[in-house]
Amino acid sequence: MILTGQDLTAYDRGHLHRAFLRLWRKKLAVVCSSILLLIYVAGLAAPWIAPYEYNDQDYSAIRDSPSFEHWAGTDLKGRDVFSRVLWGIQNTVVITFVTMATGGLVIGVSMGLISGYFGGRVDSIIMRVGEVFSSFPDILLVILLAATLRMRILEWVRWVEDNTFLDGIVKTGIADYLVVSLALVSFSWIGMARLVRGQVLSLKETQYVEAARSTGALTGRILFIHLLPNAIGPIVVTVSMGMGALVGTEIILSWLGLGIQPPRPSLGTMLYEAGSLSALRVVPWMLLAPGLVAWALVLCWNLLGDALNDVLNPRTR
Amino acid sequence: MAKYVLRRILWLPFLLIAVSSVTFALGTYGPGDPVQVMMGAKYDPVVAARLREALGLDRPIIVQYTEYMWNAVRGDFGESLVYRGRSVSSLLVSKMWVSFQVNVAAMVVSLSIGLPVGFWIAHKQGTWLDPATITLSLLLMSVPIMVSIPLVLWGLCLKLHWVPCSGWGGILDARIIVPAITMGIPGVAGLARLMRASTLDVMGQDFVRTAHSKGIHPMNVGYRHILRNALIPIVTVLSFSLAGMLTTGFITERLLGIPGVGDFAIKSIFSRDYPVIMAFTLILSTAFVLANLLADITYSFIDPRIRLT
Repeated sequence: MILTGQDLTAYDRGHLHRAFLRLWRKKLAVVCSSILLLIYVAGLAAPWIAPYEYNDQDYSAIRDSPSFEHWAGTDLKGRDVFSRVLWGIQNTVVITFVTMATGGLVIGVSMGLISGYFGGRVDSIIMRVGEVFSSFPDILLVILLAATLRMRILEWVRWVEDNTFLDGIVKTGIADYLVVSLALVSFSWIGMARLVRGQVLSLKETQYVEAARSTGALTGRILFIHLLPNAIGPIVVTVSMGMGALVGTEIILSWLGLGIQPPRPSLGTMLYEAGSLSALRVVPWMLLAPGLVAWALVLCWNLLGDALNDVLNPRTR
Repeated sequence: MAKYVLRRILWLPFLLIAVSSVTFALGTYGPGDPVQVMMGAKYDPVVAARLREALGLDRPIIVQYTEYMWNAVRGDFGESLVYRGRSVSSLLVSKMWVSFQVNVAAMVVSLSIGLPVGFWIAHKQGTWLDPATITLSLLLMSVPIMVSIPLVLWGLCLKLHWVPCSGWGGILDARIIVPAITMGIPGVAGLARLMRASTLDVMGQDFVRTAHSKGIHPMNVGYRHILRNALIPIVTVLSFSLAGMLTTGFITERLLGIPGVGDFAIKSIFSRDYPVIMAFTLILSTAFVLANLLADITYSFIDPRIRLT
């Protein structure tokens, strides 16, 4: 590797800063991050930037092809597809972030740390449980969970509504978020836990950890100050790849009618409505906007993950 | 190695017990009463109670589960709650056969595009074609299947009228084209990458250099020396991945009206037909775990650096 002046100054700034500089030089990664940023900001800002409400029906413009007024056309009920896509992205964004934060990061990382550091019986229990979850064929478990949990969680939320001052929780769609996130969490922690465990296993025998232990460092300090930061590279890569998979699964769930319920729009339900032969005959443009967004989300997270892997884990290059 | 394999196989029954009890618990704990689903609009509490008793659904869950598992071990997965009088095994076998044919067709598409492309770009290493092809195949691979199927349908079926739109008529019917293309294309990128790596590996070997220096025609070297050797690892790995592919098609099956096992499983989940869900989960988990084990073992033969412990 030829070091440039920029690299040499960057060496004082630490590992992550250098990795970031290397990432910045990869055109594909920069393009992908920008696209992701654009989609996510657009989704989160949907209430302010969407030209129409997701439920607004324009009876004079039913089944209109894309025009200046309706950028992505209108659907069978005269609703603006572009606005609905923005609202749909919002759901996907919230659900995938919540799942990644709770399942991947909190549960996955802590299970991996515990499993790798303490070893023994705790380790085998955690790893065996993970194995059970991962031996369910494909996303069958997620579908099964989502189908089973929905009614229970709705019942429970209604009970809360009836017995407290809180009102209209069901209407906000929080219950739907809860169902989908719970179902997705069930499998999203395993990969992360295995990865962190592997990192911890190889790091905990190193001399610097031994030194830390011999100076009387507490277990928590060793785990979070000494071990975790050294595993940050693979964790970031797994998060990026995992986000792609989560987005895909979330779309599958709502496509099957197990995700966010109508009238709230979601990418999956929009794709379902647009994908039938009858819809393709009359309103083929309905597929375009949600399809493009779903494709870009999955593709960009994967490409970004690839690029991050190159810059963060140079040993596996 | 032998110890590792033995341990994995001995562990399988415990894994299946865990998987089946999770599924059973979800089935029983889940909402909706199978009896209610069966009777539909003609629901009558007296008849329902009698039916529940006849099906053994009024007994404690543990008893139901034990009996189910005891029968399942002997190959009897019970009777479907929705399709009365049909055994789950006979239902599943016919549906699995359909899905298997779809998957074979899809794999033929992946292989017939992925292998030549991988072989070809290995020879173009270092030129712009190499990264361009990999990027293009990544672009194609990431199109979600619920987007690609409607796109293909819209183009090939509605606009060009080249292929029939949906339905099922066996692997030799024209209706196999759309599922084969849409399920096959995503596999191309992975296969091309694998084939590229494998070809490059063989191309660097001494016997290839010797063959070239003997003055053998490059075409002959390419075919006899490189291609044949490069294919060995790929074929071995692929033959095991078929087992894991049975579920992947449920969206395709749903969209195109193919009576396969994926669509059937989803329908069974919605109609609470849990004898079917249980059997499906058990069979596929077994296939899945065994396929993974075989793939691990194969990899360790192909790449001796991988140690199984």
